[in-house]
Amino acid sequence: MMSKHTLSVLVENKPGVLARVSALFSRRGFNIESLAVGLTEHPGVSRITIVVDVEAGSLEQVTKQLNKLVHVLKIVELEAGSSVQRELLLVKVRADAATRGQVIAAAELFKARSVDVTPDTVTFEVTGNHDKIEAFLEVLEPFGIKELVQSGTVALGRGAKSMASLSRYVSPNS
Amino acid sequence: MSTPVKAPKPGPQAKTAGTQAAKAQPARPKAPRPAPPLGAPAAAPVLTGAQAVVRALEELEVEAVFGIPGGAILPAYDPLLDSEKVRHVLVRHEQGAGHAAQGYALATGRVGVCMATSGPGATNLVTPLADAHMDSVPIVAITGQVASTAIGTDAFQEADIVGITMPITKHSYLVTTGEEIPRVLAEAFHVAATGRPGPVLVDIPKDILSGTAPFVWPPKMDLPGYRPTTQPHGKQIREAAALIAEAKRPVLYVGGGVVKSGAHAELRELAELTGAPVITTLMARGAFPDSHPQHLGMPGMHGTVPAVHALQKSDLIVALGARFDDRVTGKLDTFAPEAKIVHVDIDPAEIGKNREVDVPIVGDCQAAIAAMTEAYVDPGKERLKTWWETLDDLRGRYPLGYTDIDDGLLTPQWVIQRLGELAPEDTIWTAGVGQHQMWASQFIKYEAPGTFLNSGGLGTMGFAVPAAMGAKLGEMDRTVWAVDGDGCFQMTNQELATCAVEGIPIKVAVINNGNLGMVRQWQTLFYGKRYSNTNLSTHHSEASPRIPDFVKLAEALGCVGLRAETAEEVDAVINQANAINDRPVVVDFTVGPDAMVWPMVPAGVSNDEILYARDVRPNFDDEGEI
Repeated sequence: MMSKHTLSVLVENKPGVLARVSALFSRRGFNIESLAVGLTEHPGVSRITIVVDVEAGSLEQVTKQLNKLVHVLKIVELEAGSSVQRELLLVKVRADAATRGQVIAAAELFKARSVDVTPDTVTFEVTGNHDKIEAFLEVLEPFGIKELVQSGTVALGRGAKSMASLSRYVSPNS
Repeated sequence: MSTPVKAPKPGPQAKTAGTQAAKAQPARPKAPRPAPPLGAPAAAPVLTGAQAVVRALEELEVEAVFGIPGGAILPAYDPLLDSEKVRHVLVRHEQGAGHAAQGYALATGRVGVCMATSGPGATNLVTPLADAHMDSVPIVAITGQVASTAIGTDAFQEADIVGITMPITKHSYLVTTGEEIPRVLAEAFHVAATGRPGPVLVDIPKDILSGTAPFVWPPKMDLPGYRPTTQPHGKQIREAAALIAEAKRPVLYVGGGVVKSGAHAELRELAELTGAPVITTLMARGAFPDSHPQHLGMPGMHGTVPAVHALQKSDLIVALGARFDDRVTGKLDTFAPEAKIVHVDIDPAEIGKNREVDVPIVGDCQAAIAAMTEAYVDPGKERLKTWWETLDDLRGRYPLGYTDIDDGLLTPQWVIQRLGELAPEDTIWTAGVGQHQMWASQFIKYEAPGTFLNSGGLGTMGFAVPAAMGAKLGEMDRTVWAVDGDGCFQMTNQELATCAVEGIPIKVAVINNGNLGMVRQWQTLFYGKRYSNTNLSTHHSEASPRIPDFVKLAEALGCVGLRAETAEEVDAVINQANAINDRPVVVDFTVGPDAMVWPMVPAGVSNDEILYARDVRPNFDDEGEI
């Protein structure tokens, strides 16, 4: 049975590392649903958050294959219950004098911030998990969404531990 | 699999492994050394990138590099001319360089090295890199790249070889500074040779080769994400040993990992202690002596009836450095339905990839097999009696064999058998891909590991001649025979010119049936004998002469060319070829086109459907009783 999984992958920040990771997914026939990459608290180490829709057995195989990449330092799967998962959404909604009030009221329910306003539109910024973003878009839909952009999911495990806390996973040179 | 086939000469990893290898020794280059620039470590000489490459190869104790110069790699060839330690073998095609590096690595257990220029030079290495990746062969490919400033501009002879080879290398580097050359090469050799071995590519832009930088040796390796597991887990070892002691129908399923790990002695000990039957895959022929009474032969599509049946009916398969490849399992969901699985592999990703495993053991085969032997408590051999009776019965009724076809031409299986019988004892064999490869696996007897080198995973036609060249260069005092087909031979025979010029006297047996034999066999069996594009015209007929004439071709390439067309000539010609040691020899054996490889499990069906010969399904009269 296919299900969504969030993988957090610590990698050495070396040229081509993102290509190696994403190519591995496509080569083994896995579809990446979302991908986010950025620097971490350790210089030279980047963190890639990947959401994939796969069967459990395939997830184990792709994780093992990822682990074989020399630049991959560590992989954990973050379960929804024990992690914080967030996406960022920027959305430009049609809002004229007549509808602006309703649009802003809807946005407030989702704790969205308006970041740009024109006579005909409002642009909102909102963060949240996948379900919240979906729900917000559903509410805005009737007003007319002119344009939107979404980031990939980023996620951190809950609790005191950090994924990279084991120093051996961090390059001493970087 | 970190231990090579043979006791290696001090390998690169021993000298540079670990993170404490940072003690910079003052290097003493033979060449006059320029004054170090300000800020450089006092003792580090400043070398050009090209000199650094050659010096690093010398420090890594590389004795041979197979390659061809060209524009971007040109700077590296200048200091190579002066090296007294590194011999460069000028091949005729980069594919030959790659396969030669593989042959060298497989024969010696050391890392093989090939070199090519940018663009087409590098892309010609793609096939051998893919081959080495599939068969876990440790090679390092060094390629020139266009200058750093020109990368991405579609410059002359530019190809993104790191990008192109990403899925078919174990690791790869695009060098960005001269300083990192020693570290990158030390890491490349370490990664290629350790864990599950494989190919590593090092791409170096021309301006880095021409520019200068301090050369520090030994360099400090920086591989925080590379930690192969070699020591198996004790609990799993004990579980595996207990399962073997309980099993009534155990099989040791031996793959190439046992050869790579140098675990043949440990394997023999475990086999004799447990009394279990042993089967060796195409990549593991020789890991267990063919003459050993517990050896059932090769499994898979063209495996022996007892080996295929043993796997299929087993209650415990102990997979040792093998990967449940589709050519072995046949239709996966009907493979060995009653068997529990113990799977030993140094690559965790192989475990559970194709077949679910009961006891997974990640580790080096040598360590794991030795530990299993130690943990095993023998309950006596009585429980295996019925199993051996069944298997011995099958061995008696369905031995490997062939029938002569009355077509006035030689029988290919018999020719290959005679080659094996008449060759010196420690001969190394290579093969191309196809019918001749299967017959070479079936009808030559292998007693030692590393004596049959062939392309198993990728199935690369043309592997035999260049691989033989590399093997011979690594093992000059042994005889190296390439068993090749007329199709394969025409893909890479230009390397015979290299062999002739460089003094690498290999022997090539062209099993010339005038056709792409394995494809023709499938056309016979599955396409109603419609022979579409399989006739290669290498036989003499009234309509046409031999094109090409392999004897004349051999002579043109500086080799001795011989031919055998009748059974009476065969032994004499083989003996004549065996006696020649100053030049390469090519023997054209004119064999019949209708011989087929048997037994056979047709593609995509269950191993239960194995055919002993055409339309002959073995009579497993014990079915349901064991």
